[in-house]
Amino acid sequence: MKTKVLAIDDSRTIRNLLAATLEEAGFEYVSAVDGREGVDMYDDVAPDVVITDINMPNLDGFGVIEELRGTDINSKVPILVLTTESAPEMKARARNAGATGWITKPFDDASLIFALKRVTGAAA
Amino acid sequence: MQAEVKSNDQEVKHAQFSEFVSFTVAGQAFCLKITQIREIRRWSPVTILPHAPSDVLGVMNLRGAVIPIYDLSARFGLETTEASERNVVIVVSSAGKPVGLLAESVSEIISINPEEIQETPPVDSRNTKEYIQGIISHDETMVRIINLDAVISVPEQVL
Amino acid sequence: MSGSIQDTFFEECEELLEATDEGLSAIEGGDHNPEVVNAVFRAVHSIKGGAGAFGLDELVAFAHRFETVFDEVRANRMELDEPLIQLLLRSCDHLYNLVAVARDGGETDQAHHDMLIEALDKYIPEEEEDLTFEPMGLGGPMDVSAIDIPAAPTEETYQIHFRPLKDMYSTGNEPIFLFQALQEMGELSIELDVMELPGFDSIDPEESYLSWNLTLVTTEARSTVEAVFEFVEGLCELSIEGAGDAEADAAALAALEAAFGGAPADPTPVSEPAAMVEETPAAPFEQPAPAPTPEAKPEASGGKPAAPKAENAKSEQRGPNPTLRVDLERVDRLINAVGELIINHSMLAQQIANLDVADVRDVETELEGFKNLARDIQEGVMSIRAQPVKPLFQRMARIVREASSATGKTCKLVTEGENTEVDKTVIERLADPLTHILRNAVDHGIEKPEDREGTNKDRVGEIRLTASHRSGSVCIEVKDDGAGVNRPRVKQIAIEKGLIPENAELTDSEIDNLLFAPGFSTAKEVSNLSGRGVGMDVVKNAVTGLGGRINISSSPGKGSTFTIILPLTLAVMDGMVVSVADQTMVVPITSIVETMRGNDDMINNLGADGTLLSIRGSFVPICDVAGALGLEKKDDQPPGVYLLVETETGQRSALAVDDIHDQRQVVIKSLDGVCGEIAGVAAATILGDGKIAMILDPESILATSPAVGAFDTERRMSNAS
Repeated sequence: MKTKVLAIDDSRTIRNLLAATLEEAGFEYVSAVDGREGVDMYDDVAPDVVITDINMPNLDGFGVIEELRGTDINSKVPILVLTTESAPEMKARARNAGATGWITKPFDDASLIFALKRVTGAAA
Repeated sequence: MQAEVKSNDQEVKHAQFSEFVSFTVAGQAFCLKITQIREIRRWSPVTILPHAPSDVLGVMNLRGAVIPIYDLSARFGLETTEASERNVVIVVSSAGKPVGLLAESVSEIISINPEEIQETPPVDSRNTKEYIQGIISHDETMVRIINLDAVISVPEQVL
Repeated sequence: MSGSIQDTFFEECEELLEATDEGLSAIEGGDHNPEVVNAVFRAVHSIKGGAGAFGLDELVAFAHRFETVFDEVRANRMELDEPLIQLLLRSCDHLYNLVAVARDGGETDQAHHDMLIEALDKYIPEEEEDLTFEPMGLGGPMDVSAIDIPAAPTEETYQIHFRPLKDMYSTGNEPIFLFQALQEMGELSIELDVMELPGFDSIDPEESYLSWNLTLVTTEARSTVEAVFEFVEGLCELSIEGAGDAEADAAALAALEAAFGGAPADPTPVSEPAAMVEETPAAPFEQPAPAPTPEAKPEASGGKPAAPKAENAKSEQRGPNPTLRVDLERVDRLINAVGELIINHSMLAQQIANLDVADVRDVETELEGFKNLARDIQEGVMSIRAQPVKPLFQRMARIVREASSATGKTCKLVTEGENTEVDKTVIERLADPLTHILRNAVDHGIEKPEDREGTNKDRVGEIRLTASHRSGSVCIEVKDDGAGVNRPRVKQIAIEKGLIPENAELTDSEIDNLLFAPGFSTAKEVSNLSGRGVGMDVVKNAVTGLGGRINISSSPGKGSTFTIILPLTLAVMDGMVVSVADQTMVVPITSIVETMRGNDDMINNLGADGTLLSIRGSFVPICDVAGALGLEKKDDQPPGVYLLVETETGQRSALAVDDIHDQRQVVIKSLDGVCGEIAGVAAATILGDGKIAMILDPESILATSPAVGAFDTERRMSNAS
């Protein structure tokens, strides 16, 4: 079974980049255009891992983590935040909300896959 | 009304041989590579383009597309063709756009060994030099190979 | 990275820049809604994020500055005052330029770039001034002084002690995945330490009791090994010791001793789960805390009564309607197919009418239904191509800003009817003419601020750009409150350039319309703004090329108004089917004022070849269409029908044709690529019988007609005397 990734980002460019890299690497890829849609889709998609942007309309990345972690059954799904901020406080905030890890934009294929491997064990 | 020209699959072909369609224009024999030809249609009256030069006959409707029709004879500097139902329009492609060429009639499909193609001998007519890529001898007649790009690219500048 | 992804990036950039522009304009207009501010922030942030992915450093650096300044505003640490808004607007314009340069190549205006950067930097608080925007390397995040393995990859053995804290599990991190990542780097052996595991009855399921001792033999750099634990840093006890490092060894011993309070060398014999780890390390074994599986789903939804509510919230919260992005080519194929369908209908109708059948009423009813359906489909398809003019208008706001700063004038652009929808191609092809008109309005229309004050006008000039639908057409209006057309000057120039005879007597409207005459330019020298060697005639050609008309009206001291009338769609047009010299042709209905059958009494000769048609007591020049198109008529029959047309200057003429057949909608087929431009012909169409017909351009026919031209001059001369 392919590892299923739910990517939540309001930037079409980032979604395209994720899709290209992940599909190429053999992941199954599903995307949402903002936090609200991502959370709404979550149950239907039942992803193995969530990648979410921080700055988004309707519901931001922190909100996504909080909502996904808020439901007991979901509490263990790995959530990676996509962030351009290299500032440590952004990561600290994401982690406190329950994020599993982070991917710093701009990302290259290798670091994206490496990050996914560390939280899902999926081989690229 | 429409006759598709297809290469005969049963025919045994030599790898280096190319197939050409030969036709007559003002009594002379010309040919085009079969791959350059999209289809051959019987002549039907065209719509005149105002202010067009004499070798541009007009435009016709090819399945919803407006395509220009050139009189090959006039283009080669020979007399203009009085087009009739017996004549044919050879539809070729110019930069992806179809263009129709009026010819008297289509003769046959001939296989040509590229080595048999001779260079156009020096002649005075500028038109001839530009439009004829080479000549070959087939059944003891001279067949002129048309330089398609030259024939269909010029009118755009003329118009 | 594939080109198409980059293409979408640039496409998205356009949208994001429009959103930025729109947000800033709203803020400029006094809207300080936090959501507007957030939207701008997000848009610029997304540009930066995307640009970073494609290594567009200059764009990244500039967007980052913009974003940093805007973040101060967003956090209410900085006031959005007028100068800052103006700076941000100009920075937004510059972002457009940077995106354009990144996409199309070319050079950025370095001086302008530096000036904006300097201005933005003034707003950036000191501690954030380090704006080097670098992606974090994999080794970076760990704050362990990195001891990278030197160039040549040598094998190293690492002893890793790893003890997760209970918080680690709540972040969704799983030790097993970290181990798998390590295993891919080399040879890994794993020992589970369950020493701390309490008796079964006192286990706290939330607590973490397990720890691992790992031995990794790898050629990878230490930083890479450390990077594996990046996400769990601070959520675990971790030590990584290279075997070759004696000092580290000692530290490891100390650490281990501290951790276990006993001899570390020989941990308690491993228990069952650990044995599994050793035997099948890569196999998917039972995980300490299972991730949700699809089987768990019913539980999930059962335990979530809030789900339907969220559904509702979803439909309420979503602002814009969901959209679908479609390749334009597909839409155009559909438009062509629908065009064929309509032609096909006319062919069927014609053939049925020709049938010698007594009762065709039933067929005709059905055919009528077919026609209506085809029209519905056509309208639907056409509406797909329709787009609001808003993005175009936003671009124009930028043009006005640029033009104002280049000419030292102050003007604002007021837009109305931004949501008016127009065919996409029209919007695209309208950009250049509109740009020219607006530059012209700023350059020649609006006066200098001091001059405006002198005439009791507001210092700030106003240009009003309006779009509206007007009886089947689109109307675009550019109205300025400037000085109006300087008629004596325009007339003088026209005379100097030989455009009109010296003694010509022209109406005000005719003088104003001289601006559109080829080769006319009022600028004494070609200004670098509206000049460039092109005049308003180019604007006029562009508009007529779209099947539209352009008018100017002006009032001295009060300003000028340019009005552009365009057809709603480019693909279909209402036309009058006529015959000219045995050819069937189509004349656009929009240009026809009146049609009439002629008789000899109405024709009056004037001079050698001029003929005039008398209509209710007035005379209009007759233009023989066949003659103007260079067609020969087979018989010498006088033309039977006159089409009264009106040019933009209000000049009326009568087009003489042989006969009128009917009036119908025709599908426009461009002659681009089929032949060059033909005087008098706008495009072609395919009629019901499958034949092609030329669509005529009355203006251009009149221009080529010697008779009408001669008459015009004659009239002017006679008026002048």
